[in-house]
Amino acid sequence: MSSPSYDSVQIGDVLPTLAAPVVDRRTLALFAGASGDHHPIHIDLDYARRAGMPDVFAHGMLGMAWLGRLLTSWAPQSQLRRFDVRFQGITHLGHAISCHGRVAEKLEADGERRVRIEVHSVNQFGQTRIAGEALVALP
Amino acid sequence: MIDKKWIGHELGRSVLTLERGRLRFFAKAIGETDPIYLDESAARDAGYADLPAPPTFLFAAELDSGAMFALLDRLGVPHQKVLHGEQSFEYLAPVVAGDTVTVSSRVKNIYDKKGGALEFIELESSVANQRGEAVAKLRSLTVVRH
Repeated sequence: MSSPSYDSVQIGDVLPTLAAPVVDRRTLALFAGASGDHHPIHIDLDYARRAGMPDVFAHGMLGMAWLGRLLTSWAPQSQLRRFDVRFQGITHLGHAISCHGRVAEKLEADGERRVRIEVHSVNQFGQTRIAGEALVALP
Repeated sequence: MIDKKWIGHELGRSVLTLERGRLRFFAKAIGETDPIYLDESAARDAGYADLPAPPTFLFAAELDSGAMFALLDRLGVPHQKVLHGEQSFEYLAPVVAGDTVTVSSRVKNIYDKKGGALEFIELESSVANQRGEAVAKLRSLTVVRH
């Protein structure tokens, strides 16, 4: 896919949706190791229950990484300037997360042309899990 | 309640060398299949000096070093009570395999809501590479649920 250019992009354009695989224990184990976040709440059922949770649940940063893939599959990572999110709800085992983005603004800053992308992820029940925005420079 | 005296506290530096194998492992864990994150020749063809660290990878530095959980211990926060509330990255220069990054963080703010039922720890971090160049700034908000 060719990278978007500033002139070709319009406010309201949507990025191709990214569908993440259904969250399972293996995914969380791999992400714990790869990300360095070994917090047992994400990988140890006994610990999670003692902490009052029904089961282990996903790292927030796993969901942010999926949103990062949404962005870098649309425009090269070297053009990413900012990426900000708010974690709005816990992503549980069995959640199927889809990631969405929309061009919200075209602007010039620091001598380059950029777009502000609103991003969010939702589970299969339509519940928002993460919402945020990114700034991407475009040629 | 977390003592407000910790506002301004500096966590100490976390140093992380980005190995290709670790970055490929991270790519696998997040389902990344774009060859620029897996194959150094594809990365070079795309203009990167080596495999780029994906946009959220730098958060690993203070987890690997233990700085993040050591801070919670210092503040007296039980680990099972924390959730990640917000996260921001500002990108200043590319970070690729072979780079060694140094992350320096400080507690920017500590505050509470709902009569202390929720407490918030805001951290701001600067990241430099082995040449002393600023490559990123991070901001994270940790929520403590009582």
